[in-house]
Amino acid sequence: MEKVKQKDLILYSGLIILGLAAPYLFSAFKVQLTYLCVLIVLAMTWNLQGGEMGYNTFGNILFYGLGMYLTASVQVGMFFPLAEWTESGGEKTFVHTTAQYFQGIGVGLLVSAIIPAIIAGAIGYAILGLRGHYFAICTLGLGIAAGEIAGGIEIIGAGQGFTTPPFPAEIVDTEARGKFFYFLSFALLVGTFIFVKYIYGSRFRLILNAIRDNEDKAEAMGIQTMKYKIVGWMCSAFFCGLAGGIMGGLIGYIDSTDVAFDGREMGVFMVLMAILGGKGTLWGPVIGATLFHFFKEGLWTLILGWQYVALGVLIVVIVVYFPEGLMGWLREKYPERFGEVIDEKDRKAQVELK
Amino acid sequence: MDFLIFKAPMLMVQASLDGILLGILFALIAYGMALQWGVMNIINIAQGDLVILGGYIAYTIYLWGIHPAWGVIISPIIMFFVGWALYKLVINKVVDRDLFISILATFGIAIVFQQLMNFIFGADVVVAQSEYGTTMLFDNSVTLPNSKIFSAFISVLYAIALVIYMRKSKLGRAIRATAQNARAAKILGVDTEKVYAATFGINAALCGIAGALISITLTLHPYVGLPYTVRSFMIVIVAGLGNLPAVAVSGMGLGLFEEFADYILGTEFRIGAVFLLLVLILVYRRFKLSKKREYLK
Repeated sequence: MEKVKQKDLILYSGLIILGLAAPYLFSAFKVQLTYLCVLIVLAMTWNLQGGEMGYNTFGNILFYGLGMYLTASVQVGMFFPLAEWTESGGEKTFVHTTAQYFQGIGVGLLVSAIIPAIIAGAIGYAILGLRGHYFAICTLGLGIAAGEIAGGIEIIGAGQGFTTPPFPAEIVDTEARGKFFYFLSFALLVGTFIFVKYIYGSRFRLILNAIRDNEDKAEAMGIQTMKYKIVGWMCSAFFCGLAGGIMGGLIGYIDSTDVAFDGREMGVFMVLMAILGGKGTLWGPVIGATLFHFFKEGLWTLILGWQYVALGVLIVVIVVYFPEGLMGWLREKYPERFGEVIDEKDRKAQVELK
Repeated sequence: MDFLIFKAPMLMVQASLDGILLGILFALIAYGMALQWGVMNIINIAQGDLVILGGYIAYTIYLWGIHPAWGVIISPIIMFFVGWALYKLVINKVVDRDLFISILATFGIAIVFQQLMNFIFGADVVVAQSEYGTTMLFDNSVTLPNSKIFSAFISVLYAIALVIYMRKSKLGRAIRATAQNARAAKILGVDTEKVYAATFGINAALCGIAGALISITLTLHPYVGLPYTVRSFMIVIVAGLGNLPAVAVSGMGLGLFEEFADYILGTEFRIGAVFLLLVLILVYRRFKLSKKREYLK
């Protein structure tokens, strides 16, 4: 195993310390920081599909929404009747004790990681056989269908939404809720990063890249592409489910199409963030998500009402003019930093050709 | 489970007629989708939003006191220029690129359109009253709004006109030549850039007609565009590119499916059923092709 370089060690420990100190340093922005962690997780897991495997999915929102509903349902259903809770104002009659709340969210998050992964495996065989834009459109359909169907199911609140259990009132510290969700999401972020970094150093990534570059050839080389595609998608689903579960608890209210299966916001954001940062790189989605979040939070309030117009224009501009993203641009500019050996003569010759 | 539709056979007639008339309208939108997909090789997610914009143009002239049926002439003319402008602004930069880029870029356009329509026309559900009355059939047990018959008639009329135009006119021939082989067409003196712009404009005009018809038969809302995109995409992948009779038939089939799904599953699952059908059709075709060791291209 390759030894972790000292420079990297300093970088990572610095980032972790910054992450742990962030809720104390920027106490007022805890919710925003939690969002940022979740966005980075979503962008990184999207990158596994879109960037590494070449399967541009709009469907990861499906697992995110599923995780959200599952966590909340388990958290309620473990102690109280779910139907009565969602019918109307159940959260007023039934109150979780502190122990119940944390037990519930723990088990809920576990369920919301495993079930989306299983579902990804189950539908993966059917859907990952589609290629290119058919896959993209199919997953787009899947995400929206899930939202529409969830909006018609009575037990999870149908169209009127699902109020997740409120944070236990026995904890007097007003900061506790924000800190709890921040550290939860930060732990998820660290876990996801370690996992994705591990994948980046493994044979698995090479296989995914082979699938992206030429699936037929990869198959001809004896790689069982379907198996790896499904495993890759299951990994994404696992982390997306967890991210959804945390977000559900943080937001406190789940609506089928506006919060959970929010293809118009979250579903597009994750694609956009990964492309903005640069798909197919480890740090690209992280940087992309951070930039996007700062841009969004900074600008959203300034251009109130126009934010979706800005979002749409942003999508068009990024996709049309910067399809390689920030990392791709840097790579073109400073190829030496990315460990690429450049033949000066060759480069000059190419410039002349242009 | 008791389904009203199986108890009352007249409801079945009702649903079938509604479905077929609606399906003709879907087929018109899908024809535009097939046109741009075949010629320019882009998938336009904003298709449905162009439809809704066309509908709002018809609704606007209705608010001015002109009969909304005139929308089927005015709306396509305006929409043609909207399409042309859209092509010059964005689409020409994604034509030769990866299909996913066109999907994402048009997704962005769709979001912009939705929001602008929301600003301009408000977030209410609106409908333009054509006051065409209704036709009663079978002892008044089947009601058929005349506006639906009118819309199906106009759709067929425009579709036939477009087919003739594509066959006979110079531009039509240029478009078909570009679809077959853009490079060869360019060598032989076809201005492909102009052809692409015209194709996108014609597509937008078709959307405009469909939108104007939707404004009098169904309802308009800024955010209901995406289902129309998905419907037309579905019709095109079932029918194939450039097969007009098949587009018409699968359009009607989709209309029938929707009306029956509406009765059997309930209206709240209608849109969900459409999107789920898309997934099912794609998965079905994938398994059918994988037996021959092929995949959807």
